[in-house]
Amino acid sequence: MSTSVLFDAPGPRARARHRTLTLVGGVVILAFLAFMLWKLGEKGNLAADMWTPFLTSEIWVYYLIPGLIKTLEAAALSIVLAGIFGLVFGMGRLSQNGAIRWVSTVVVEFFRSVPVLVMMIAAFSLYAFNNVFTSELNPFFAVVTGLTLYNGSVVAELIRSGVGSLPKGQAEAGLSIGLTRGQTLRAIQLPQAVTAMLPALVSQLVVILKDTALGQIITYPELLTTYSQIGSYKGNIVPSMIVIAIIFIVINYALTRLAAFVERRLRSRGRTTIAGVGAGEDTLAVAETTAPDDTEAPTR
Amino acid sequence: MGQLFAQYPIFAAFGLTIVLAIFGAIGALVIGTIVAILRVSPVGVFQRAGTFYVDIVRNTPLTLIMIAANIVMIVNLGFSFSEDIARDNIIWAIIALSVYHAAFVCESLRSGVNTVPVGQAEAARSIGLTFGQSLREVILPQAFRGAITPLGNTLIALIKNTTVATAIGVAEIAGLMKQMQEFNNNLILPIFLIVAIGFVILTLPVGLLTTYLSNRLAVKR
Repeated sequence: MSTSVLFDAPGPRARARHRTLTLVGGVVILAFLAFMLWKLGEKGNLAADMWTPFLTSEIWVYYLIPGLIKTLEAAALSIVLAGIFGLVFGMGRLSQNGAIRWVSTVVVEFFRSVPVLVMMIAAFSLYAFNNVFTSELNPFFAVVTGLTLYNGSVVAELIRSGVGSLPKGQAEAGLSIGLTRGQTLRAIQLPQAVTAMLPALVSQLVVILKDTALGQIITYPELLTTYSQIGSYKGNIVPSMIVIAIIFIVINYALTRLAAFVERRLRSRGRTTIAGVGAGEDTLAVAETTAPDDTEAPTR
Repeated sequence: MGQLFAQYPIFAAFGLTIVLAIFGAIGALVIGTIVAILRVSPVGVFQRAGTFYVDIVRNTPLTLIMIAANIVMIVNLGFSFSEDIARDNIIWAIIALSVYHAAFVCESLRSGVNTVPVGQAEAARSIGLTFGQSLREVILPQAFRGAITPLGNTLIALIKNTTVATAIGVAEIAGLMKQMQEFNNNLILPIFLIVAIGFVILTLPVGLLTTYLSNRLAVKR
């Protein structure tokens, strides 16, 4: 971390100043938290009976856990399909054939620049109007379609930059022992590229998991949706939103840590990794910027 | 096709999308810069507050933040900016977008700070600049230039994420698309393509501009 070089080891005067700042900062933060708690309490959100429903098994068994399962189902299927989509179009972008490369580029760039929600709504309208699936499954597959198309394109880009980040000697060695270009890509470059992009892939899981919450807008009964059900059942809409937020944060935070761990692990074995992001939004954001001197990019 | 444009306020909806994106971007840049400064500051409490903000916000779905802005802030707590409900929702949608993307702006700036060589900070200190001065005069100007690509990607993500505002009834383009598709079942794909191409038109220049600027402005080392 280069941040520590921004300032010297503090001397006596700096330490005194830091103590004052710590005090002032602490007071400001506490005041803000106290104000929010007071406002929440003023509207009765902190009353015990607002929170006790979450100590009963009923709320968990009938609302939160089924919602979480729906969220995980959509995320899991999307991950698998996005992996396949990404592999196909990622290899397409690396193809020798100009036409395949061009088509893959257009597909990947198009689905990366269209909002996931727009794809979800369009897929939902399409499935619902044509009765593609049962009315219960339409929202599910609409969520999966949107997530697959966007994240598949991101994975395709990751594969391309993963292969690009390998030393040239790898491909040359493959070709020189008589493998074709396709064989070199499949047997030598892809396995290494996938290892290099592993941390970025795990970070992408966070994006997928967060984006399943968009399903709320097209009536997919995932975890976020349960806030209104619990809220209208127990009259505690604000506490239920807070509990749901905590569930999302805990899972995603664990995944972010996992990505950082995988990255450290790979690096300690001397592997190069692309995109030590940890940033949830657009994993490519950093994949594309990895400047030569950026090997110490912040993972956390 | 033509009658779609006559019948529905497609351009107005895209206009609102652009308004959300512009104000959201300004808000995210301001909050994100403040949080980034907190995170690189020498004071422990500030560092932890910045890290806490980023960890919480980055791991929460934007949809949840958006709905909470409406349900918790407006309906429950009564933090209202305007009598006009539609206007109030737009303002809170902008705040939600700012708060969410600020975490990513912060991380972009931090990665930009990391592209600044140690020698720059050391030189700034050795000529007697304080932390604030060296940050203002030496580190941040270079960090912003080094962070152009991730900042641009955050802006592109923000433009696309304005669609989430439809969750609290803001009349932007994703909500309009849903409405159009419901009433024009035979035109579902063309309507999707109109909206999709609109977003390509909005995001493509940002991507090109970022690439141009990052080549142009990056500090050559």
